[in-house]
Amino acid sequence: MEKYLIFNALNYPIITVLLVVPLIGAVFTLFLKKKSLLRVWGLAVTFLTAALSLPLYFNFDLTTPKYQFVELGHWFPSLHLNYVVGVDGISVLLVMLTTFIMPLCILCSWTYIKERFKEFVIVILIIETTMIGVFVSLNTVLFYIFWEAMLVPMYLIIAVWGGPRKDYASVKFFLYTFIGSIFLLVSIIALYIKTGTFFIPELMDHTYAFGYQMWIFLGCTLAFAIKIPMFPFHTWLPAAHVEAPTAGSVILASILLKMGGYGFLRFCLPIAPAATFYCMPYLLAFSIISIVYGGYLALGQSDIKKLIAYSSVGHMGFVTLGIFLLNAQGIKGAILQMINHGITTGALFICIGIIYERTHSRELKDNSALGMMMPIYVTFLGIFSLSSLGFPGTNSFVGELLVLMGAFSENKLVGALAIPGAILAAAYMLRLLQKMVWADSDGHAHHHKPGHHVLSDLNGREIFTLFTLAVFVFWIGFHPTPLLDVMDSSVTHLLHQLEAGMHHVGGAIHH
Amino acid sequence: METIITNKILLTPAIPMITAILIMASGKKPNLRESWSIIGAILTFLSVVTLLPRILAGGSFQCTLFTLYPGISVKFHLDGLGILFAGTASFLWILAGFYCIGYMRGLNEHAQTRFYVCYAVSVGAAMGAAFAGNLFTLYLFYEIVSIFTYPLVAHHQDAEGYEGSKKYIVYLMFTSKAFLLPAMVLVYLQCGTLDFSTTGIVNGIFPHDASGILVIVTYCLCFFGFAKAGVMPLHSWLPSAMVAPTPVSALLHAVVVVKVGVFSVCRVMLSVFGINLLQGLHLGIVTAYFVSFTIVVASVIALSKSNLKARLAYSTVSQLSYIILGVAMLTPNSITGGLIHIANHAFSKITLFFCAGAIFVATGKKDIKELGGLGYRMPFTMIAFGLASLSMIGAPPVSGFVTKWYLALGAMDLHNVILLAVLLVSSLLNAGYFVPIFLQSFYGKPLPADKSATGSLEASPLIMLMVVPLFITAVASVLFGIYPDLFLNIINVLVGK
Repeated sequence: MEKYLIFNALNYPIITVLLVVPLIGAVFTLFLKKKSLLRVWGLAVTFLTAALSLPLYFNFDLTTPKYQFVELGHWFPSLHLNYVVGVDGISVLLVMLTTFIMPLCILCSWTYIKERFKEFVIVILIIETTMIGVFVSLNTVLFYIFWEAMLVPMYLIIAVWGGPRKDYASVKFFLYTFIGSIFLLVSIIALYIKTGTFFIPELMDHTYAFGYQMWIFLGCTLAFAIKIPMFPFHTWLPAAHVEAPTAGSVILASILLKMGGYGFLRFCLPIAPAATFYCMPYLLAFSIISIVYGGYLALGQSDIKKLIAYSSVGHMGFVTLGIFLLNAQGIKGAILQMINHGITTGALFICIGIIYERTHSRELKDNSALGMMMPIYVTFLGIFSLSSLGFPGTNSFVGELLVLMGAFSENKLVGALAIPGAILAAAYMLRLLQKMVWADSDGHAHHHKPGHHVLSDLNGREIFTLFTLAVFVFWIGFHPTPLLDVMDSSVTHLLHQLEAGMHHVGGAIHH
Repeated sequence: METIITNKILLTPAIPMITAILIMASGKKPNLRESWSIIGAILTFLSVVTLLPRILAGGSFQCTLFTLYPGISVKFHLDGLGILFAGTASFLWILAGFYCIGYMRGLNEHAQTRFYVCYAVSVGAAMGAAFAGNLFTLYLFYEIVSIFTYPLVAHHQDAEGYEGSKKYIVYLMFTSKAFLLPAMVLVYLQCGTLDFSTTGIVNGIFPHDASGILVIVTYCLCFFGFAKAGVMPLHSWLPSAMVAPTPVSALLHAVVVVKVGVFSVCRVMLSVFGINLLQGLHLGIVTAYFVSFTIVVASVIALSKSNLKARLAYSTVSQLSYIILGVAMLTPNSITGGLIHIANHAFSKITLFFCAGAIFVATGKKDIKELGGLGYRMPFTMIAFGLASLSMIGAPPVSGFVTKWYLALGAMDLHNVILLAVLLVSSLLNAGYFVPIFLQSFYGKPLPADKSATGSLEASPLIMLMVVPLFITAVASVLFGIYPDLFLNIINVLVGK
């Protein structure tokens, strides 16, 4: 077992601490009453978690693809079931993303959430634990437990604090993800029966027959394709996004969707490499359909939140495209694009929440011509919109460029087919920006609209929230090397696994 | 002379950006705000001038800021081509700075702070493009120009303004995403880097065994990706963008925006592909014929326009293609003619736009038919207009003549009668649409008073802020026609004559 793992050398069990701190925070929330105290408490706990996660980055060993900061505890020895957690170059960035987004989720709910604030803080803290758990589990059962546990708080966030159609949206979200999860569970059990282990690195090292790989691949892919979401499994996403409160949308977009991409990289590619190669053209096709279809639908939306929700489908299409190109640039671009999407789309949802609190509408026409009244808001909206369309110098440009480089080097046609997605992204984001900042393009400047003159620009809390994310937009945009270095060894290792898997099974396909 | 690694060259793109921040901070005090704009322009120009001696001696400057990925970085590299563009644009910014004050105050325009901020950032981004040392940096600043000129085009915020600015941004963003982005990826995959060649313009960065088809595809994507160059069929954003206030049309659409486009095309042709590769694949001559179409057709369209700014816009479309034509002929003479036109056209065309704006502020007139008798009311303006027109036509002793001389030499070097005929026909067409304006203003009958809008500012001191700059640019056009050595020396270093 040790050949896969580097045990935690810090003087405290960092990953367990990250899992436990939000939970303890949630327990103590029970004893607080006043809203002002509750939100400060929520903020303090999430900030503490973020601060505690920093050593993961600073002490990360860039030279090895092994799992690091590993903690191992015996759980059910008879089933060979251990509590084993750790991170590698693929998951560490997603853990950091989670811990850094959560304080912002509390900040953007400061005044947005009006009722049941105590319960809200509890749910937010619990979901933080479950999300970190998904990314750090090195054991399929543990992974599955966190994966399922995350459903409940997310369901509650939509169903309790959601908009008018919250029942429909929350049930749809639950059912879609749950159906996917069942296939995941079947795959996990099938793998256990075959190999007798739940330990993910061992599952990766095992060689499976091609037919068996196909079943595992299909089971896992269905679960992850729903989660990410890939066309045609995307319909739960716009409903959930539109009805969820701001913090819910941010968590959904920034972190939950990434679990799908993470699942592909952690399970499908290394465990079923031959099936991955076999299914690659189909998944590339579905990715391109997602990119173009999501972008096209985003272009037609008049509801701002729906627009960003559909844009997520397109952006996640770029992620799956990068993953299934099965080359270093594509996979690195995909991981970077997951982080970028978490930052940028999270920020855009916060922007929408901010304007919704002021105008109580998500319609484009009710939120037009804001440029003169809210210059600071519009500046941030501009930054994040440009980032979302892949403007050079912003984070998304680097990710998109890497994915496109991977695509063009794999196959010129695949690259050329992804380009319309980039054009559509520019079209819908510029349309959004034009209407919100200026006015309708038909010349109706809503300058003197009653009620609009009272709109106040951002306050200090809102500026802090958006400024934090804007720093990352430009930091990654101009200096992505630290992030790319972190994923380097793990991505190289993943490609080796794929290649080795192909050699093992290569003969079997021909027989 | 070798390349100097120095971050001193960051100063030139940085000054306009800092200026923009200062303008924003002093938005409530118009006098301070506008002095920042002037001071920023002067400092930018001076910073370019200090770099000139070394470039003339054959050296260059280089500086790398960030590395995004091996071979992709934010990198600046200044050579003759860059300094020619940067010097011209920053010098004209000074004059445009004064002109703006006259125009914006004269018409009492709204949102002046936003106007000056976007103006400064656009110039700064143009400096960045001029100094760019690789395709990514060029693309970065090219896109910043697009984004920050959008508010300038949409300045009036009326239906016409939104329509024009929408067309503007759609054309520019579509082409850059659809063509430039894949072009950049393809260049990287073939060359392993996006850095421009630093060994001159003969050999680009492509390896010797590059696949011909792929190079041609990449070249076409690059060529059409820079839609700011206004080559047909991707030109129609330019006339639409003329809804902007005239100082914007003048500086941005005669100097900064379109010149960033043309500069980028020339830069990519010379420093990415290189003369040898373009010649080997016959891409140069095909491009020359392709832009010849634009030269002639845009001139014909200009003939049919009676709105003064619209006629100037189509004249710009036509003139820009001269620059690309010169480079595409790939002979030392023609490249000289093409590149020198970046400066020559800038001085002359900004004069023409300045004149159109001054006429509009003073009299409220936009149409050529209404200009009758104006030559006697605004003699300095119309004389400047006449001089600049001569430059457009290519008559001596104004600077446009130098351009046409070298272009014609280039065409003769190639023994190409068709391209020579294009130059001749287009010159006649240029005369065909510029001379009548001049004649109309002196010999045309003034329209009855009730039909023409009357301006109120003819006698105001503000008008001097407009007439003096336009007269300076007109005189400069003549000077560069008589004494073109400064520009020629810069280009000679570049083409290695």
